[in-house]
Amino acid sequence: MNMLKTLAIGIAALGLSAPAAMAEWQPRKPIDFVIMAGPGGGADRIARFIQSVAEKKNMMSRPLIPNNKGGGSGAESLIWLNTANDPDHTILVTLNSFFTTPIRQPDLGIDIQTFTPIAMMGVDPFALWVHTDSGIETFEQWLEAVKAADGEYITGGTGTGQEDSIVFAYLDNAFDLKTKYIPFDGGGAVAAALAGKQIMATVNNPSEARGFHESGDVRPILVFSDEQMDIYPGVPALKEKGHDFSYYNQRAIVGAPGMSDEAAAFYVNLFTEVFNTEEWQNYLKTEAMSALWMNPEEQRAYWNLQMQVHKELLAGK
Amino acid sequence: MRVGEIVTAGILALLSIYMMYKASANGIGYTTGTGPQGGFWPFWLATGMLISTGFIALNWVRRATPQSRSEEPVLDRFGVKTLLLVGGGIIGFVALIDIVSMYGAIAIFLLYYLKLLGQHSWRLTVPMVVLFPLGLFFFFEGLMQISMPTGLSFTDPVYNVLYDIIY
Amino acid sequence: MEILSLLGDGMLVAIQPLNLLLILVGVTVGLFIGAMPGLGSVNGVAILLPVTFLVPPGSAIIFLAAIYYGAMYGGAISSITLGIPGASTAVATTFDGRPLALMGKARLALVAAAIGSFVGGTVSNILFTAFAPILAAVALSFGPPEIFALMLLAFATFVGLGGDDIAKTVFSICFGLVLATVGFDQISGAPRLLLFDLTGFLGGISFLVLAIGVYGIGEMLWTIESTRGEISKTDADISVKGVIEDMGETVRKGWKGTAIGSFLGFFVGVLPAAGATPASLMSYAVTKMVSKRPDEFGKGHVGGVTAPEAGNNSASTGSMLPMLTLGIPGSPTTAILLGGMVIWGLTPGPRLFVDQPDFVWGLIGSFYVSNFFALLVNLSFIPLFIWMLRMPFTVLAPVIFVLSVVGGYAAMQDMFDIWLILVFGFGAFFLRKFDYPLAPAVLAIVLGPIAEPTLRQSLLMSSGDPSIFFTRPISMPIMVVAIILILLPALKYLRPRRSSVAE
Repeated sequence: MNMLKTLAIGIAALGLSAPAAMAEWQPRKPIDFVIMAGPGGGADRIARFIQSVAEKKNMMSRPLIPNNKGGGSGAESLIWLNTANDPDHTILVTLNSFFTTPIRQPDLGIDIQTFTPIAMMGVDPFALWVHTDSGIETFEQWLEAVKAADGEYITGGTGTGQEDSIVFAYLDNAFDLKTKYIPFDGGGAVAAALAGKQIMATVNNPSEARGFHESGDVRPILVFSDEQMDIYPGVPALKEKGHDFSYYNQRAIVGAPGMSDEAAAFYVNLFTEVFNTEEWQNYLKTEAMSALWMNPEEQRAYWNLQMQVHKELLAGK
Repeated sequence: MRVGEIVTAGILALLSIYMMYKASANGIGYTTGTGPQGGFWPFWLATGMLISTGFIALNWVRRATPQSRSEEPVLDRFGVKTLLLVGGGIIGFVALIDIVSMYGAIAIFLLYYLKLLGQHSWRLTVPMVVLFPLGLFFFFEGLMQISMPTGLSFTDPVYNVLYDIIY
Repeated sequence: MEILSLLGDGMLVAIQPLNLLLILVGVTVGLFIGAMPGLGSVNGVAILLPVTFLVPPGSAIIFLAAIYYGAMYGGAISSITLGIPGASTAVATTFDGRPLALMGKARLALVAAAIGSFVGGTVSNILFTAFAPILAAVALSFGPPEIFALMLLAFATFVGLGGDDIAKTVFSICFGLVLATVGFDQISGAPRLLLFDLTGFLGGISFLVLAIGVYGIGEMLWTIESTRGEISKTDADISVKGVIEDMGETVRKGWKGTAIGSFLGFFVGVLPAAGATPASLMSYAVTKMVSKRPDEFGKGHVGGVTAPEAGNNSASTGSMLPMLTLGIPGSPTTAILLGGMVIWGLTPGPRLFVDQPDFVWGLIGSFYVSNFFALLVNLSFIPLFIWMLRMPFTVLAPVIFVLSVVGGYAAMQDMFDIWLILVFGFGAFFLRKFDYPLAPAVLAIVLGPIAEPTLRQSLLMSSGDPSIFFTRPISMPIMVVAIILILLPALKYLRPRRSSVAE
């Protein structure tokens, strides 16, 4: 044990004795950095990236410990935060299931307005992907293929009510399509299932599909951002097809309900600092995300707006 | 043992039925087009549990297993005493965690077990009671960065000192 | 040839003084983390992240590999010495490792586990080096029906592993599978089986909660009660000569298990989602099946230690493949490594082997070196673990109880889990008295969460038509073998009954 102890103190002394941020409140123990999704997906990668930036820049006196709680479309993590016994040391990396899960499962008793807004790190666009071997190159060809399959066209995503299923539901509605949607465990598994031809189309974030896109296995045929994306030249946006629909995944940090104002101020400062690092700005660029910085009040307003939008989207299904 | 065997099977059968009931809330049907519903898998497996307990009961009637023939008591006096002292000690240990913190509860449990149950000398007990929780503290909090419950607020002064050492 | 030179470079980098020091520290720390019930390589690798910024990325990878290997070796140590599997991958190691320890042959079991692990890891590394790109393509062709077929095969292998009482074994399997469904339904996202409406069950029941309850509390109580507190201590002495003799015995009795585990483990490990637990289990079962003395298994056969250990170590190395080439982390540990790769600016995917050969082969090169040092460090710590076992039982027992509780908390950091551990512990004590085998339940809770979603995904794909399992070229043969294996013990069960009726 002695050697471990020495090593423990050694690592602590080397890595973690950090200059304090300016805020008065300081974390007293490691911070439970809850992730609303399984390992390997977009949210997970972002959490681990943020953690490493915070470590690298010595921003914290106590470490952020990532904790994947993706069960039940994120319900597991919302309940975890709602019942956190130490709200000052519990924060959550969210995606849009932050809005959809409480709407779909009112029994959980989650009111997101009780959560503490901290930082909006960016928004992640979506694209529609097919396997290159399918020969489909345009969205119109895809529509024909889906219609020809007559209900046997198999799509996949991260779960009913999750972001990608909302986009598919919109497409089904708008273009009168019938598809079969298979849920997988995380965006990475979805991308691999498409590459392995287990499913025929996905709605993935650019970061999740990048490996297979570079290898030439999969191809984007439509993007769901407001306009075309620089990384996929020539791929049309849905808005150009006469449908006023765009959809992004929020990459935001929220605090547990009941977090003290001092602690919230500390985390807002911390993530502002992370947001402004060169590393984070580069990450946004390579992962094709857009910055959408908001202060806490603006975030609350954004939550209200998104709740409204998602209620309509889910009801329209 | 013979009585215990059938009582156990009965309790497990009730547990199976309860689980079947719980699973049925999620829909146990097999929908054409989409396959099984959410409760399908747990419901039929719980049914499997129930059927197994039926076979256990059948074996009991036929006296086919050693337990269903044995007339020994499930727990003799020694067994009851062990279960109460050791098992009760563990329950007390866990109950204490939220009051005197994880490491405090460990120290008290070790004191109880080593001194009262094990009847070891103070020379062995005292170092174990002090050093083992302390070693675990540095291992978990320092090296592994996992924080354990600190109990009620009266333990704070101790933990503030300890946290200052590791961070 | 280019691969070999890259691999050689990776190994040369690994044996530079700084890196060698990191390997020794990493393996040692990993060994203790793995030996602690409730903690595994994931915790070890998580603490590595701060360190990766203090040393060059190359050294960081090496440190990671060292912790990974150390923890894998460590899992067997708690299985053998404490009787608590530290990770789901080490459950099968308790089957024979624990009986050996109780017979006073803990040293032999530890040596066998170390050597099995080393051979498994080495074979896996060689197979990885030779076949990685081809296997990546095979792994992609494993969709939900194939994974489900594989899980069925794993279940089939452990129908034969339970006790003599088939009804109790089946109960145990079903019970574990039902417990695995508690929490959320992955397909529909709805809460499911919240027993007694406790919200604590929303997080599901983790393998560790059941395993620590069953082995750390239930089995311990049973041991104290059934031995009347007069447990025999291990009297294995701690000498170099003894260790060498044990190595000889391991080679003589355990070579077959080692060979089976090494190859089978690798092929199961490279499949996404399958992982090291079914690999170790299947290695154990196959070794038992082909053995001339299958009845010795479960009572302390050396092959019953080497097979699962070679299998899980081989599979853990193999599971790097889906992570590197598909971007799917097969385990929480590889998820953290995946996060690390993002930070180092690498994109996992089919192109990784082509675009970043120095990273990939450097990593594999450090696996070879780490595996070797993990063996040395493990062997040199065996006397310490034996010394622990020689403590009076009234000292060892409370220590095991404390480690169970503290480790159980560390795994999920939720007091609810600790109370659940106690419930399972006391339940297991009584079930143990009535001779219910509980290992099947413990394994079922690991495999259930893989089997159920893949079954339902497959049936969604086929619009509810179960023939999908028999019309796809890979899943069909696996299904057929699995069904035959399930029916075999059932036939055996029927036959003696018929003859007893005839009597």
